[in-house]
Amino acid sequence: MPATATSLKLPVQAESSRTTPAISLQQVGKSFGDFHAVKGLDLDIRTGEFFSLLGPSGSGKTTVLRMIAGFELPTSGRIELGGLDVTNAAPFERDVNTVFQDYALFPHLTVAQNVEYGLKLRKLPKAERARRVAEALEMIQLPQVARRLPSQLSGGQRQRIALARALVLRPQVLLLDEPLGALDKQLREQMQIELKAIQRDVGITFVFVTHDQEEALTLSDRVAVFNEGKIDQVGSPSDLYERPATRFVASFLGNTNLIEGALAQELTGSPALVSLRPEHIVVRPLESVQDSGTSAVTAVIEEIVYTGPTTRYMARTDHGTQLIVQEQNGASSAAAARGTRVRLEWPSRYNYTV
Amino acid sequence: MTALQTPPDTAAAPTRSTAPARNSLGDKISRYLYIRPKMRVTGLLLLPMLWLGVLYIGSLALLFITAFWTTDSFTSKVIPAFTLENFTEILTQPAYQATALRTIGIALSVTMLCAALALPLGLYMAKVASPKMRAVLAIGITLPLWAGYLVKVFSWRITFSTGGPLDWLLAPFGATGPGYGTAALVATLAYLWFPYMAVPVYSAFRQIPDNLFDASADLGAKSWATVRTVAIPLLKPAFIAGSIFTFSLSLGDYIAAQFVGGKTQVIGTVIASNINLNPPLAAAFGIVPIIVVVIYLFLARKTGALKAL
Repeated sequence: MPATATSLKLPVQAESSRTTPAISLQQVGKSFGDFHAVKGLDLDIRTGEFFSLLGPSGSGKTTVLRMIAGFELPTSGRIELGGLDVTNAAPFERDVNTVFQDYALFPHLTVAQNVEYGLKLRKLPKAERARRVAEALEMIQLPQVARRLPSQLSGGQRQRIALARALVLRPQVLLLDEPLGALDKQLREQMQIELKAIQRDVGITFVFVTHDQEEALTLSDRVAVFNEGKIDQVGSPSDLYERPATRFVASFLGNTNLIEGALAQELTGSPALVSLRPEHIVVRPLESVQDSGTSAVTAVIEEIVYTGPTTRYMARTDHGTQLIVQEQNGASSAAAARGTRVRLEWPSRYNYTV
Repeated sequence: MTALQTPPDTAAAPTRSTAPARNSLGDKISRYLYIRPKMRVTGLLLLPMLWLGVLYIGSLALLFITAFWTTDSFTSKVIPAFTLENFTEILTQPAYQATALRTIGIALSVTMLCAALALPLGLYMAKVASPKMRAVLAIGITLPLWAGYLVKVFSWRITFSTGGPLDWLLAPFGATGPGYGTAALVATLAYLWFPYMAVPVYSAFRQIPDNLFDASADLGAKSWATVRTVAIPLLKPAFIAGSIFTFSLSLGDYIAAQFVGGKTQVIGTVIASNINLNPPLAAAFGIVPIIVVVIYLFLARKTGALKAL
């Protein structure tokens, strides 16, 4: 498959093949009856990047992934893989492979047979198949389970086998549908690091679907934030976190204080929505001197939550707006008490108008 | 039990719901049995075991014994004796051998036909059909079980009759139906026993997660490759469970053979024609399908498919 894909692509776009996106969605829409799961979507995913589709459940991110894989055909628009139109191609014609949410390992085949499955369909010689299966199991550090059945493995092991089964075919693009969703927190964090390392090693474009914003920020080169069948913003993790384009992006990625109206007017000179991250604010005594280049409001501390590494304050300003403040616990902690009037202060550059 | 030791004094504990005195005969029996688990199991199984032991196993044993007896060739009267003559005759006479092999062949053909029809139907019902369509088809499949056996066989007799519906249907294509014979018998038996194959195959299909089919397509399998490498292996236990019914029921049938089989003789028809003439020979021949089914079950067990039952 990769050979034919390149040879077909070359005559058309020989020079621009470097800049041809791995995946290109053009005005892609998908409806299920009256429900419009995906609405007129445009998206380019670059070759070799770790790209996440982030959004709450029902936002259309999984439908987009399934359309790239070919499990669903779009109602409208066009999908290109490496410059080739695959809009209506069957899954077995596309040079992409998928890691499924609940792994979808074949229960009647051993681990080695599962990994070998795609190679066998490509009619590779037996010795070649055995070598590549062994390599793939080595890569995920599970060569010892080759002869076991999937039912005899733990969740984390199954997850890695699913990864090996897809990667052994060396696709142009690997699609991952919430692959870490079923794992416990500790294992999930460990797998995140491993996934990132594997992606760097194999250099394949990864498209990763998740509803976990922290996971998306940790892993991705770029993230597309989905909201009700549309993409609100595409950008690097820091772009999205520090410069959210919409109210939805600001509130979906981490905690934020959304300030509008009179207080926004006071801070930025415009009543437009301002996003202010809790960790940028510090709590200071009223009588202290305000640093230059900072914005400040006076507020009453209503609630204090100690979380270990940080302390979170819920404070209400004189305008009646509730602000959340998150401070690192350490020497500089303000240690304000509940009910006291304090000054909340932050560098003015963090007043980000959405 | 402890509640019984406290006197039924309602005034002492008005709020507590103390058990009332229970000393009826039923209570006593229950109490007696409660502490004797073996007696309870005996009571539970006594009737079914009597039924199975005396009526079922007993009659089979009688059949087996009869197979060693002989008959007076003039009066057809059964003479209790011990002889292997009946078995020698069955095993050496080419006519009996051919009949036994033909019957096994018919039973296998019926089974294959049922399996071949159940696979696409099960796929459609489990993975494609709407819930409403699924219910309609489920009723449709089990419909043959609701009508009387004789009615169904008779309707197939009419279908296959010379100049009957099938001939009429095939006439525009310049063909005629097969008429009464082996082909008609296989078709009729496949119709009769199809539900026993279709129902387990359909329910097994429903248990296969959809994403296994997505996964195989994703890894490069076209539709038939997916059916061959994913669906059929996962449905194997269902096929084997269904085949036990289609195979053994076909092996034992003789009414369908009489109605639509034409000149085709099967084990059942041979037994039926000997049942008054030479009961010991009929009994000996009757043991053949039992042995074949036992062998079939043994082979089925070896595949591991029966563990799921």
